[in-house]
Amino acid sequence: MFKLVPRREPNAPMLYATPFIAVALTLIAGFGLFTILGKDPVQAMGLIFIKPLASYNSLAELLVKGAPLILIGVGLSIGFRAGVWNIGAEGQFTIGAICGGSVALGFYPGGGFWLLPLMALAGALGGMAWAAIPALLRTKFHANEILVSLMLTYVATLLLGFLVHGALRDPDGFNFPESRLFQDDALLPKLLPGSRANIGFLVALFAAAAAYVYLERLMLGFQARVLGQAPRAARFAGYSERRIVWSSFMISGGLAGLAGLFEAAGPVGQLVPSLPVGYGFTAIIVAFLGRLHPVGVVFAGMLMALTYIGGETAQIEMSLPSATTGVFQGMLLFFLLASDVLVNFRIVRAGKPLAPASAPAAARLTPAA
Amino acid sequence: MNRVSRLFAGLGAALALGLAASGAVRADDPLKVAFVYTGPVGDHGWSYQHNVGRQAVEKAFGDKVKTTYVENVSDGPDAERVIEQLAAGGAKLIFTTSFGFMNPTLKVAKRHPEVKFEHATGFKRADNLATYNARFYEGRYVAGVVAAKMSKSGTIGYIASFPIPEVVMGVNAAYLGAKTVNPNIKIKIIWVSSWFDPGKEADAAKALINQGADVLMQHTDSPAAMKLAEERGVYAIGQSSDMADFGPRAQLTSVEDHWDEYYIARVKAVMDGTWTSTDTWGGLKDGMVVLAPYGKAVPEDVARLADETKQAIVDGRLKPFTGPLNKQDGSVWLKQGESAPDKDLLSMNFYVEGVEGGLPK
Amino acid sequence: MDLVLSILLGVVVAATPLAFAAIGELVTERSGVLNLGVEGMMIIGAIAAFAATYGTGSYIIGSLAGALAGAAMGALFGVLTLSLMSNQVATGLALTLFGLGLSALIGQSYSGVSLPRFPQVHIPILTDIPFVGPLLFGQDGLVYLSIALVAGVSWFLASTRAGLILRAAGENHDAAHAIGYPVIGIRYLAVMFGGACAGLGGAYLSLVQTPLWVENMSAGRGWIALALVVFASWKPTRVLGGAYLFGGVAILQLHSQALGLRVDPQILSMLPYLATIVVLVVISRDRMTMTLNAPACLGRAFHASS
Repeated sequence: MFKLVPRREPNAPMLYATPFIAVALTLIAGFGLFTILGKDPVQAMGLIFIKPLASYNSLAELLVKGAPLILIGVGLSIGFRAGVWNIGAEGQFTIGAICGGSVALGFYPGGGFWLLPLMALAGALGGMAWAAIPALLRTKFHANEILVSLMLTYVATLLLGFLVHGALRDPDGFNFPESRLFQDDALLPKLLPGSRANIGFLVALFAAAAAYVYLERLMLGFQARVLGQAPRAARFAGYSERRIVWSSFMISGGLAGLAGLFEAAGPVGQLVPSLPVGYGFTAIIVAFLGRLHPVGVVFAGMLMALTYIGGETAQIEMSLPSATTGVFQGMLLFFLLASDVLVNFRIVRAGKPLAPASAPAAARLTPAA
Repeated sequence: MNRVSRLFAGLGAALALGLAASGAVRADDPLKVAFVYTGPVGDHGWSYQHNVGRQAVEKAFGDKVKTTYVENVSDGPDAERVIEQLAAGGAKLIFTTSFGFMNPTLKVAKRHPEVKFEHATGFKRADNLATYNARFYEGRYVAGVVAAKMSKSGTIGYIASFPIPEVVMGVNAAYLGAKTVNPNIKIKIIWVSSWFDPGKEADAAKALINQGADVLMQHTDSPAAMKLAEERGVYAIGQSSDMADFGPRAQLTSVEDHWDEYYIARVKAVMDGTWTSTDTWGGLKDGMVVLAPYGKAVPEDVARLADETKQAIVDGRLKPFTGPLNKQDGSVWLKQGESAPDKDLLSMNFYVEGVEGGLPK
Repeated sequence: MDLVLSILLGVVVAATPLAFAAIGELVTERSGVLNLGVEGMMIIGAIAAFAATYGTGSYIIGSLAGALAGAAMGALFGVLTLSLMSNQVATGLALTLFGLGLSALIGQSYSGVSLPRFPQVHIPILTDIPFVGPLLFGQDGLVYLSIALVAGVSWFLASTRAGLILRAAGENHDAAHAIGYPVIGIRYLAVMFGGACAGLGGAYLSLVQTPLWVENMSAGRGWIALALVVFASWKPTRVLGGAYLFGGVAILQLHSQALGLRVDPQILSMLPYLATIVVLVVISRDRMTMTLNAPACLGRAFHASS
């Protein structure tokens, strides 16, 4: 019988090795899955993991898909470290797109160099305003922020549908539920010529770098970490839970709102009812895959983007049903999440009793109270 | 780690071989035709029927074509990438089958002038981008006639998805068809704000039956309402595909979408080099809209009346939207003898006079 | 009268899957585990129940298969979060992704087939009483099972020793462990029970509500069940009330449209979510009552090496 013994410090070699172990396990499990389904496993996995890296265009698409995941994931990981559970980034993303997009449509067809910054500001503020609701309800009424932010996601999606069916509908669009196409000044500049990759990816990288500095150097970042790791200790040390909750929600909400606006002003170029496609939820997984560390989040975001694009490629090239991609992705996530255990624990043969120890900080969740 | 890197190396080698193989294009290579679906091919509605069309293409041309499809593509930012990938991957003709794919298709079409694109239900065209749609309202008009004939309570229940022109047109056409046989017919409408939520569709069907509807019509994609009608002993009109499997007793008929012939014709046009960018809006006459065989419950006189109505539409003697016709608020829409121009139909956002309830904005 | 009766019957059908999934999640959460994968467990339960019923012709075997498949998903979640200490929030989301994919994969061979109507109870005389009869004595077996489950859980948590231990694991796992209770073992059982209940909820969708299989047919009901648990402030009987309230709002929304009331469906659809937030605020307003209700160790990983 084997037992897990907590490590004093996260094991550094394991920290870097576990993603590869997880990918290796996924490849083995995928081999079985594809063989059972009667598909060539080597071809399938080559299409999912390597083909998207082999062309200029699909590399650019990786940036398109990865940018919102990183931007949202970075913001969420700051809150998660502090034990503040914003599950509703998807809603803040949607509201950000609505607010920023409304600015573009409000000035239509006018514009100028100032338009895009103004839209970005409106998007970020919109996301923050939507995130302020769970923050307020938690700090004022102790309402569980997981549930409040989740419920608000549904409300936001319905609100977007309501607006593009009505107030924001394209007047020349035969009453179809979508807005006008944004004017040129309201579209994000391209990063790579001839592709859809835009400067949103640079902003995402910048956000990750800023988050790194914020968490490592600044006082509030220190507070946020203490609150997550030991809420009571934090309270004794005089840190204000209220401030932490608010700053976590403002950062994650603002970044999610910005990501939403970038999506509307970038690859989509208008407001459509189906704008939210789940980035806000996927970013939660991305945050954990990246171990709540900004640099890790960047890699995790790109990995998730790869599996999505690779899944589409596999569907096109060997008619793998999209359900298979979902199963394969689920397995990859399970292995990645499970292999984390090796970072914080050692596997030893059972025998000598050891002193109980509490779980690693990152795996904790503090309820509202 | 060694095993992992070897596995990766193996994958890389396999891929390199694959790329090399696909690099050499021969003149007699099959024509690559691609389809992009918004739902799963197993939805038994919209995407399912498009996939039936794809299979018909494969059957008609055998190894002269190679078809491929991508399902569950959301209308948002993913669509453009998928279409681009198909175009870059050598597809010569690409069908994109959801209204939400309109702008992404247009963008990709501009980048790939050598590829032909066909977008369903949209209104934007280019030299290499054609559009096509079906006049579902013609089928719904006939279905309305059948429904009103079969209804004892004088109330038709209608499960609607989103208040876009397509759907509003269907409600109005069904009502106008029904009114020709029963001037007092009532139509009760529930908007479920979803194309596909079987549970909600079934609940809506139940609510309609409870409020007196004994024939159900739907403009949503799952067979849930048909199944419920079968259970509750009322009648229903199917949507998109023949749903008789789900309601062998309940189904009176079904307003089916048939893309087979259109798809085959367009693939042939590309092969012959005669393809041009067109705007097709086919109806009963073109076989794009087909009524499923009448159910056992439909008596002969009703079937005959429905066939006559259908024939009148096919011959062009009957246009469902013909004046005198007022809008719901009583204002005049069409004067005596005037038929609605397609432009009016394609932007319809009002109920006609006689339909009760409010149209959600 | 008939209309009222049929509305009420509709509410029962809409509420039962929610009640199943929520009572299971309640037990899971009372043991200190937060499983956000209810949607994934429900949809796996739905396809398993449908496939088993289609294969055997027995609704009982089908329902059991749904429960077992849900429990298996719960066990998978347990292995990851309890034994391998992965994060519960992220694992729950991954479980949903996995469940939706796997169910679609299994379901490919079941699209287009349907089942006969789920049998309903008929007790002579009692069921024939006007109004009350069909409502109280004419439902299908799963409805009664859901109510019995809620009553059973309520009794189990409040009055049994095992229930007390389960709650102890959720309130203070270190103390429970120190006394000698197997915290991880308890949580495994709770998570699997939660999965089984979610599976039954899914079974209700594919066997009763719409007796056919379609991809994604749970359509977000797992998330509503999660909200319900909080809405009920972790009290079993309130879960039942909440499920019927949610089901009621959904059904009345549809009926009000059929009656011709001019309300925007998107705005109407927002109501249940907004209502949950309001209730959350009301029950959480007082810090004391919230602390009394919510399991203190909810979502916190536990590890002991001795």
